[in-house]
Amino acid sequence: MAAPMHESIEALRAGLTRRKLLDRVFVIIGLTVMLACLMLLAMLFLQLVRDGWPRFTTEFLTSFPSRRAEQAGILSAWVGTSLIMLVTAFCAVPVGVAAAIYLEEYAPKNWFTAIIEINVTNLAGVPSIVYGLLALGLFVYQLDLGQSIAAAGLTLALLILPVVIVSTREAIRAVPKAIREAAYGLGATRWEVTKDHVLPYSTGGVLTGMILGLSRAIGETAPIITIGALSFIAFLPAPPLSAEPPFVSFQWLSDPFTAMPIQMFNWVSRPDVAFQSNAAAAGAILLGMTLLMNGVAIWIRYRFRKKINW
Amino acid sequence: MNTTAPAAAGFVTQTRYRKVRDRIVELVLLAAGLVAMLTTVAIVAILLYESSAFFEHVTLREFFTDTLWTPLFADAHYGIMPLVAGTLTTTMVALLVAVPLGTTIAIYLSEFAPNRVRETVKPILELLGAVPTVVYGYFALQFVTPLLQMIIPDLPGFNMLSAGLVIGLMIVPYVSSVSEDAMRAVPRYMREGSFAMGATRLQTALRVVVPGAFSGLAAAFILGISRAVGETMVVAIAAGMQPNLTFDPREPAATITAFIVQVSLGDLPHGSIGYQSIFAAGLVLMTITLIFNVIGFFLTRRFREAY
Repeated sequence: MAAPMHESIEALRAGLTRRKLLDRVFVIIGLTVMLACLMLLAMLFLQLVRDGWPRFTTEFLTSFPSRRAEQAGILSAWVGTSLIMLVTAFCAVPVGVAAAIYLEEYAPKNWFTAIIEINVTNLAGVPSIVYGLLALGLFVYQLDLGQSIAAAGLTLALLILPVVIVSTREAIRAVPKAIREAAYGLGATRWEVTKDHVLPYSTGGVLTGMILGLSRAIGETAPIITIGALSFIAFLPAPPLSAEPPFVSFQWLSDPFTAMPIQMFNWVSRPDVAFQSNAAAAGAILLGMTLLMNGVAIWIRYRFRKKINW
Repeated sequence: MNTTAPAAAGFVTQTRYRKVRDRIVELVLLAAGLVAMLTTVAIVAILLYESSAFFEHVTLREFFTDTLWTPLFADAHYGIMPLVAGTLTTTMVALLVAVPLGTTIAIYLSEFAPNRVRETVKPILELLGAVPTVVYGYFALQFVTPLLQMIIPDLPGFNMLSAGLVIGLMIVPYVSSVSEDAMRAVPRYMREGSFAMGATRLQTALRVVVPGAFSGLAAAFILGISRAVGETMVVAIAAGMQPNLTFDPREPAATITAFIVQVSLGDLPHGSIGYQSIFAAGLVLMTITLIFNVIGFFLTRRFREAY
């Protein structure tokens, strides 16, 4: 009892004020950091739009790449990207959804299932360029697909497989057990339970996973550079539909291609300043598409969460 | 009586058909699950197969001790160290950005922000990680580098600093979302105990929640490192593609990933040593990221089980 009572209360009060002040200071720091990150995102987009502004014309969308910056366009790039996305979606979505159903509804709890699960987690962390090396060795040379749209689509499909699997699994896991048990109680088989009850409730998650996966695939550059996409392509792949029988053709699958991110990379790495504005315009379109897809995914997730009341 | 027998028989056949169908579906689904496993096996097999040809020409000793990496020159040297140094330097810069920013955001979102703010901000923040990396590359080269040149006048146009900073920004949402998950896994009663002792929110966050979520935070940083190590386009665009044995972020240098891109841009004949060298580089990259991913995997599992 060396110090008089009132002094220690004073000290306590001072300490309390200081601690409360620090608390408030941290709130400000936290908000600032967060806003700064969001601002940077906005700035990034504005910078692209500003730099690429002179190139936002219809000719930009309908012209092939050219040696002259003002005449160059992204026709072959966006057509290539669309066709690659078609292949990617066609391969990744069924396989990813099926794998997710297996892991959630069918897989027994044993070491074998554990290995598959660890593999999915691990694949999500493999750098995208390693997928490119896999594709170069396996698709391009061993399977002899060449530097084609099919090879690129398959590569990106493998790349987004974990995204689709994880998102679908989350959606399936959110379906209450009672729904399954009710269906089993009526004598449904496991597949009938899954197909008629679990999957319809998981549509939102499946769609979200698909869109998020594709939005990742659309911007991936490294893996398709590795398989050897050409950046100067002044022609389009063979059209998938034609007026004469057999009406559909799959020639485009084996055609060489370029894609939006490749085209942008090609322009960015040129020393000529004029091409930087082309790169910015292509980047703004690419970023706009990615943000749009992510926005749609967030909206779908929100809608489905709201609509279903268990 | 006579009419039920065929009906029952029909029911039995139908049940058997449904059971067989269930079995077939299960096998199809299992096959899809195996794709994930086969992909991993294929990646390892391809990397090892093509690298083994590379290591017939190059000794492991040369690979790890030579200080020059010039596989495409007439006077070819195959020392991976310059590429590893570039990778480590950009990763370090990225971490210096991502760890403080990511952790601050995570603490704020988990301990301070009202529910509505968290639910709104999180998806927007995730967009930072969704921006195509080639766009980030443009941003680093055309925006960040000129900005840095105002502060450091003799900064070259290609440098690891701006690439690292932008990669850091890119992995902020990743670090913050894993850290936030870890902090939210710390049980409520620990916070309440701390509040009851008169601690403020900040004290509780720093002295109770952060230590309690330590393994999760460590996992976030380690998974962040793995992302930064594997990042390709930003370094390929903004850091130059010249292998350079230095740890000075102000200098241009190539990373492992940038080298792979550089070689892929040229037209290398299949089976040449240059072609094989990108698989050897890929093998090193895969090993580094795999080590970090495995550590991260076990750490996240620990924080999920801890409470």
